[in-house]
Amino acid sequence: MREAMQGKGISGGRLAIAIPYLWLLAFFLAPFLIVLRISLSQSVIAQPPYSPVFEIVAGWEGLKAFVAALSFENYATLFSDSLYVSSYLKSLEVAVVATAMLLALGFPIAYAMAQAPRRLQAVLVVLVILPFWTAFLIRIYAWINILQREGLLNEMLLALGLVREPLAWLATDTAIYIGVVYSYLPFMVLPIYASLEKIDHNLLEAAADLGCPHWKAFWLVTLPLALPGVAAGALLCFIPIMGEFVIPDLLGGSQSLMIGQTLWTEFFGNKDWPIASAVAVVLLMLLVVPIAIYQHMQTRDPRAGSA
Amino acid sequence: MDIGDAGKPDAGRRRDFAPWNDPAARALVRFKGVTKRFSGITAVDDVSLDIHTREFFALLGPSGCGKTTLLRLLAGFETPDAGRILLDGEDLADMPPHRRPVNMMFQSYALFPHLSVAGNVAFGLKQEGLVREEISARVAEMLALVRLDGMGSRKPYQLSGGQRQRVALARALVKRPKVFLLDEPLAALDKKLRQDTQFELMELQEKLDVTFVIVTHDQEEAMTVADRIAVMDHGRLVQVATPPEIYEQPNSRWVAQFVGDVNLIEGRVVASTPGEMLIEAKAGGRLKVASVSGLSAGDAVCIALRPEKLRIEPVKAGSRGGDNSFEGKVWDIGYLGDVSIYKVRLDNGLVMQAAVANMTRMVERPIGWNDRVTLTFAPQAGVVLTR
Amino acid sequence: MKRGLSIFNVASLALGLAFLYLPIVILVIFSFNASRLVTVWGGWSTRWYAELLHDAAMLDAAWVSLRLALLSATTATILGTLAALALTRVARFRGRLLFSAMVYAPLVMPEVISGLALLLLFVAAEFDRGFWTTAVAHTTLTMCFVAIIVQSRLIGFDRSLEEAAMDLGCPPLRTFFTITLPLIAPAIASGWMLAFALSLDDLVIASFTTGPGATTLPIRIYSEVRLGVKPEINAICTIMIAAVTVAVIIASLLSKRRIAASAGEGTPGAAI
Repeated sequence: MREAMQGKGISGGRLAIAIPYLWLLAFFLAPFLIVLRISLSQSVIAQPPYSPVFEIVAGWEGLKAFVAALSFENYATLFSDSLYVSSYLKSLEVAVVATAMLLALGFPIAYAMAQAPRRLQAVLVVLVILPFWTAFLIRIYAWINILQREGLLNEMLLALGLVREPLAWLATDTAIYIGVVYSYLPFMVLPIYASLEKIDHNLLEAAADLGCPHWKAFWLVTLPLALPGVAAGALLCFIPIMGEFVIPDLLGGSQSLMIGQTLWTEFFGNKDWPIASAVAVVLLMLLVVPIAIYQHMQTRDPRAGSA
Repeated sequence: MDIGDAGKPDAGRRRDFAPWNDPAARALVRFKGVTKRFSGITAVDDVSLDIHTREFFALLGPSGCGKTTLLRLLAGFETPDAGRILLDGEDLADMPPHRRPVNMMFQSYALFPHLSVAGNVAFGLKQEGLVREEISARVAEMLALVRLDGMGSRKPYQLSGGQRQRVALARALVKRPKVFLLDEPLAALDKKLRQDTQFELMELQEKLDVTFVIVTHDQEEAMTVADRIAVMDHGRLVQVATPPEIYEQPNSRWVAQFVGDVNLIEGRVVASTPGEMLIEAKAGGRLKVASVSGLSAGDAVCIALRPEKLRIEPVKAGSRGGDNSFEGKVWDIGYLGDVSIYKVRLDNGLVMQAAVANMTRMVERPIGWNDRVTLTFAPQAGVVLTR
Repeated sequence: MKRGLSIFNVASLALGLAFLYLPIVILVIFSFNASRLVTVWGGWSTRWYAELLHDAAMLDAAWVSLRLALLSATTATILGTLAALALTRVARFRGRLLFSAMVYAPLVMPEVISGLALLLLFVAAEFDRGFWTTAVAHTTLTMCFVAIIVQSRLIGFDRSLEEAAMDLGCPPLRTFFTITLPLIAPAIASGWMLAFALSLDDLVIASFTTGPGATTLPIRIYSEVRLGVKPEINAICTIMIAAVTVAVIIASLLSKRRIAASAGEGTPGAAI
């Protein structure tokens, strides 16, 4: 194919690159530049047509005027208003705690999957993926059925005599955690399973042969080798949870919002587009941190399961 | 593993090393009627076998013959369905792999990818709870022995195949096992490196005085390194003997064919005297071989003839073929450098192979394609097989 | 030392799967509840399915979502496959780093940010928001998932097959269509399925990019759900679950046949 791209089929090869490239430039990169620009615009004049609008034809003078009109006012607002700060913190808290819960729940499942006989493993993988294919919204909705005041959970607790009167499950942080853990479990289980499943069984035999009992080999061999999967799973869960909107909106309360909800409210409720854009830019910058850590881990350790 | 002359004075010792012939000797490893089945397939079938202290023992057989399973039974990764395995007189049945004083070198080497070379070699010692100074001293000593000094901090993926092999060797041997198990240890190496490593293994074994049990499908490797070879097929031991015995006195057609090249001539005993036996070949012609007790006229036998024990000559005019002399036409010649293999189609229809050492540098050989030749052999050259 | 499940393993699997499936099972059961009250069991009934048929808004939304998913999944599959080819088969080209960054970034981008960004683009470009803008948005985000799946297949691909074809006299372009494409077809198919499911599933991005007259099914369901639990919602969710289950089972049966045919040479990862 390289010949195909560079030799006779030059035009075809170029086209294969150019089409998706231009598409992504137009619909992925450009929108983010616009977000960045609008986040630096004045709130009052921000609704379309918002200012400053950058006119290429205006040339150098236009550019100077454009830069002069940029304002960091929105960012100042973000950091001074406790609403935004507490939203970021709330998101961070939910993401950290939920990722830890997912890890605690997902690792034993992934480990059990990797221990299962080969044929069963394939079935288990499908079983774990299957709920992911049913719509996200449906899965959250399913929990509303269970968690609402007259829901099954309260009915069950009442029937068992564990509580005297129905508890409020919906509109609590507990509900958010249940929803998040439920929705993201496959994203944690599958990468861990993939790295566990790749471990050469001979390594565990070698450990036993060298005098290492089974439980100790888990700590000394299995766990270190599963670490790439754990990191990938944690990243795959942490980042989207940070920006989660649907779960806290449907299951959580209104007293403390996650940052996704704040963005949504600023945009749809308050119609304050510059602030919403600034919220998005800061969120993105926050998310660069875990990605950078992950990248660092990967480049530091290039062995990638060489056996 | 250049041990230099240090090991040489001992070398003579091995000439007389034959504890298996000593009825008073106590075996280090004893398999007693061991059977192992995997979902209906009998991988190891009623195997009884003694392995002695300081022996270099080879399990030889085609893939799937059960040799690796036998090794894994000894290491403790499989449990026998029947029979017992004793090590130093102690039944291993209830001893999990991590408690057994045996160590294994895996075919894939199974080096821990997340640990350095030194970390791999130290792994087993740490399990013993030794103090750090002793561990690092023994690791350094072992790495020097396998010529990996200075490589301790590398990761396995930074090593060549040969180096990885030596790390695996060091990692198991540093534990000073009673028995060292090697599962196809050299399969991943190229031929030249493999041959060098075979001799290194032998020197290492003499130096460390450890009992080695090696699994291999390569008969040359087994013959090179081992004091004794157990030839296995379909989970059973076919023959257990020293390399010369296996080669010169195979006990069955199967062993004769599996170890080295051989010409098999089916026939029937015509007459048997205390000195010689006369065999009538099925395809025609008569063979004279050294007599074997327990056979009488009319018994079906097979005569095994190694190619290098056949003499090949151009047919001389007027000579008349007698016993142990067959005429035929050269059908194919394989020039291997050190020897040439001649395939000869005999007048009775059999195809025989003769190997001739190329002792002189000759561009033109005296025998060519389609030449008429005579194959002859001494009566002692033929081995009478009944199985 | 053999592989095998301990009691602890079996327990974690059982609890994990129960956790994953119980809410869905409960939802399905209650969609057949005759009672309007979601928690009171009033006997088996299919009346909510019948009522769904009269819910024109819901049916409209379903039709919009279906067309949207078909269109955006197909476009995304073409673009994503091209992107995967560019990333795996063209060693260097101008802006390769930016290109690969743009392919991977949407995978981890929070939906609210992508949605906001695309909306601002459409406003700036003065596009009328509706079906087409949402299709563009879905295409952009799902093509990246397609690209990743196809790319992983292309990386595990034995290049000597293509070389053999060209050695036997097959020109490069025809080699691509007769050798490469059939071999990566399973990955392309799973990429399309994933794109389809993601589009059908999306609430947040569609909320930003759609306009009047193009309400998708998730947006419709979302606005109903905000008002509380309704048996009709259970019914439509059940229909969607059933459709997805059937599709996944068919797909896995097909891929099993294919794997059996190609003697165990398959990409288990492509199932996601």
